[in-house]
Amino acid sequence: MQVTRRQFCKICAAGLGGSSLVMMGYSPGEVLAQTNSFKLTRATETRSTCPYCAVSCGLLIYSMGDKAKNARSEIIHIEGDPDNPVNRGTLCPKGAGLLDMIQSPDRLNYPEVREPGSNAWKRISWDEAFTRIAGHMKADRDTNFVTENSAGLKVNRWPTFGFLASSSSLNEVGYISHKVLRGLGVVTIDTQARI
Amino acid sequence: MTNHWVDIKNADLILIMGGNAAEAHPCGFKWVTEAKAHRKAKLVVVDPRFTRSAAVADYYAPLRSGTDIAFLGGVINYLVTHDKILHEYVKPYTNATYLVNPKFSFADGMFSGYDAEHRRYDTETWSYQLDADGYAKIDETMQDPNCVFQLMKKHFSRYTPEMVSRITGTPEKQFLTICEMIATTAVPDRTMTSLYALGWTQHSVGSENIRSMAMIQLLLGNIGVAGGGINALRGHSNVQGITDMCLFGEKLPGYMTLPTEKDPTYGDYVKKWTPKPLRPNQVNYWSNYPKFFVSLMKAWYGKAATKENDFGFDWLPKIEGPSDALAIFERMYQGQITGFFCQGYNPLAAVANKKKVGIALARLKYLVVIDPLATETSEFWKNHGVLNDVDPAAIQTEVFRLPSTLFAEEEGSYTTSSRVIQWHWKAADGPGESKGDVEIVAGIFIKLRKMYAKDGGAYSEPVLQLSWPYHIADQPSSEELAREISGRSLVGDGEQLAGFAQLRDDGSTTCGNWLYSGMWSPAGNLAARRDNSDPSGLGQTLNWGFAWPANRRILYNRASCDLAGRPWDSSRLVIEWNGSKWVGNDIPDMRPDAKPEEMIMPFIMQPEGVGRLFALGQMADGPFPEHYEPFESPLTKNPMHPDNPETKSNPAVRIFMGDLDAFGKPDKFPYVGTTYRLTEHYHYWTKHSKINAILQPEQFVEIGEELAREKGIKSGSQVTVSSNRGFIKAVAVVTKRIKALDVDGRKVHTIGIPIHWGFMGLAKNGYLTNTLTPSVGDATTQTPEFKAFLVNIEKA
Repeated sequence: MQVTRRQFCKICAAGLGGSSLVMMGYSPGEVLAQTNSFKLTRATETRSTCPYCAVSCGLLIYSMGDKAKNARSEIIHIEGDPDNPVNRGTLCPKGAGLLDMIQSPDRLNYPEVREPGSNAWKRISWDEAFTRIAGHMKADRDTNFVTENSAGLKVNRWPTFGFLASSSSLNEVGYISHKVLRGLGVVTIDTQARI
Repeated sequence: MTNHWVDIKNADLILIMGGNAAEAHPCGFKWVTEAKAHRKAKLVVVDPRFTRSAAVADYYAPLRSGTDIAFLGGVINYLVTHDKILHEYVKPYTNATYLVNPKFSFADGMFSGYDAEHRRYDTETWSYQLDADGYAKIDETMQDPNCVFQLMKKHFSRYTPEMVSRITGTPEKQFLTICEMIATTAVPDRTMTSLYALGWTQHSVGSENIRSMAMIQLLLGNIGVAGGGINALRGHSNVQGITDMCLFGEKLPGYMTLPTEKDPTYGDYVKKWTPKPLRPNQVNYWSNYPKFFVSLMKAWYGKAATKENDFGFDWLPKIEGPSDALAIFERMYQGQITGFFCQGYNPLAAVANKKKVGIALARLKYLVVIDPLATETSEFWKNHGVLNDVDPAAIQTEVFRLPSTLFAEEEGSYTTSSRVIQWHWKAADGPGESKGDVEIVAGIFIKLRKMYAKDGGAYSEPVLQLSWPYHIADQPSSEELAREISGRSLVGDGEQLAGFAQLRDDGSTTCGNWLYSGMWSPAGNLAARRDNSDPSGLGQTLNWGFAWPANRRILYNRASCDLAGRPWDSSRLVIEWNGSKWVGNDIPDMRPDAKPEEMIMPFIMQPEGVGRLFALGQMADGPFPEHYEPFESPLTKNPMHPDNPETKSNPAVRIFMGDLDAFGKPDKFPYVGTTYRLTEHYHYWTKHSKINAILQPEQFVEIGEELAREKGIKSGSQVTVSSNRGFIKAVAVVTKRIKALDVDGRKVHTIGIPIHWGFMGLAKNGYLTNTLTPSVGDATTQTPEFKAFLVNIEKA
């Protein structure tokens, strides 16, 4: 997956520099200096898919960092994947701006809570968030779960909880969300796909 | 899409109606350009606005928003009366010859079986006549007045060119020119493809819009062939995949149905959903329903799902009533919901009637928003001036905002509009403490499960029994989940399954979504395949990713051949019968060794094996499409049935009491409002992205020159656009792209309303446009009517 297309180009360029270009009067040193100046040659390339419309254009994401265990990668460039049979390297004005989406100042960085009646967010830990949310869910489920309807039929549902799912999350996210929700007896579910 | 993006290049005629691919799907639209350049294909665009798709079309016609069925019904009438039908296709492959229940009727806009009190139909009479064996009766001559063909002919005979023009505002001559162009594909070697999007779905007749085109494509023999099909250009990166995973209240993964109170036992349930064949020798693929269902229950409950406990059937909740977004927010508005999750969904902006959504959210005890971005929904409680005028102190909802990762920061699969599942890899970690959605869902569930294990609680059995075989319990990996979705054997060495044909109903297989079975086969993760070779030249790329079902790229492809198995057009060979098996450039949508003389018909998911010109009871609002006015219409009567007020708008549409009062009338709101999207923006996301916020920084509305003159509005000036539910202020952009139309003897103006601004983000803040839109949806799907409603416009 980490295909080094650009490194390949670099090698070709270097090979060329060492042979025909010299014969034509170019200095190999200058040519090598120029190719070295491309930052992308040092970047790690990752295959991805555009998160916007369902043309699902193939992307090449370039990041600094080698993805070693404790190294933090930084995405520096995104372009269309020329191998993708649908977009063939192209991107639209939305996809071409993806780096600004990833680096948006409006990205959320940590869990927050807005207490009832409050006018502000308060930063909390993941553990506090999960504990408080699970506590709310359990209290409501234990109070409002319906095991039988009025005719005595087993219905086993939790009618007072609802969930809206994204149309931009992974299949794997959709699947596990569905599994967990039904395990809890949730019936009030919908997705952006309806709209 | 029945076909796929690259296949558009194989078409001879491309009809874009109900969409605007050039701006909304630019990189897919290139295949339209390819067809025009290399196949000399013609592009036809029908739209209320002269869009950029229209700008490169060979032919454009305007129509009034919300009148597509009148237009398409007129096309059906044209094809039938001019005999522009591919008879060799229609007769065997559709239900044109089938005899319909003589009690079925249609009068004054109403089909038989209407229940006015509940605004719905009893569909019992929308059925076939059956013989003693339970098979549908047919009339090969198609002369019986109760056969589908004759009923269809009669139904659409009312859609004359004059009537079409009167309703749609499309000049008659332009309408007829398009009919003639479409009719050229009623031959074996010419095809039309239909490209549509929200311009067809976001109407109170949305599903019937699409059905009208499906009927046209069946009559022309354009389904199952290369360069044909019904192609929904879907709008989100994984809207197809999440639809397939069926995150809908009433569904289970792979379009199975959640049990209801009418399915007391497992036996009742599988009997109901396992259809009997309606004609002899047909595949009737849903007859495998028990295999799909039992394999799902094994994926969810593992060893705890046994034959003795009906594979955990009773653990599944039984649903009562609707669970679409409109119904959910109605219940929330009524104070019937305590807690609510929005996972990457911004309903304050996206669901109809912003005011109602805001009030509903304020009635929750707690709200959990999982999103990479600071959305409007997460701050529904915060005062943002006129853009969100609320009093935080009065809102007692406890709101949690959990940061999730974006696409580049996670690994897993999306399913494209072409049904191709594509794997992508992680490039970097998300910012700060953000987590992947799987980890968030798992984290909350694990916490909850521990509480149930420790303290007990209401019906804890399914919570404790839910199969959780993941290596790291609070971080299931995408690989583990993809394998579970694809399925494996539970006997022998437990190998991954090659496909859904191996599924069993005895508990010996597990599969999280039968439709995706084979995505992770014994050969590995097929969604990650990257071989783009295309030996046929048709663009099928069978080794790129994995298309559901069974890696098939063109659905119903048996219909690309005649009865004898010869392709209609050998230059666009999808599959063919070679004397012993089906071979070609796609995975055959047929048993590989099914001899043509076995007469197994191509539409294998239907119990009769043929395409349905008559939909039986599958549609909520009629087995044939009928023109109904939008719920907010500039007309006082429906020209198709002016004497019946009950059928002015779709009589099978659900309306909540409060929403009925919120409809506006043309005396106060005389113009048609229609929402749309810009090529520089993606819904309510990209206003958070700097470059996109720079490209389209400020909210505007688009009006035609004539209306601007009438109202004295100058381009660039501020205007107020109002509906009966609220108002927005924006810059007026006066263009030649929207023209007034002559409709039923009067002039109708349209106002275009792009949707992309809100009170959060980097662009100049603006009004959420769903402040204007009505809370009413399609009769079958409940997709809201965002494309046709009534507004007024004034200088601000």
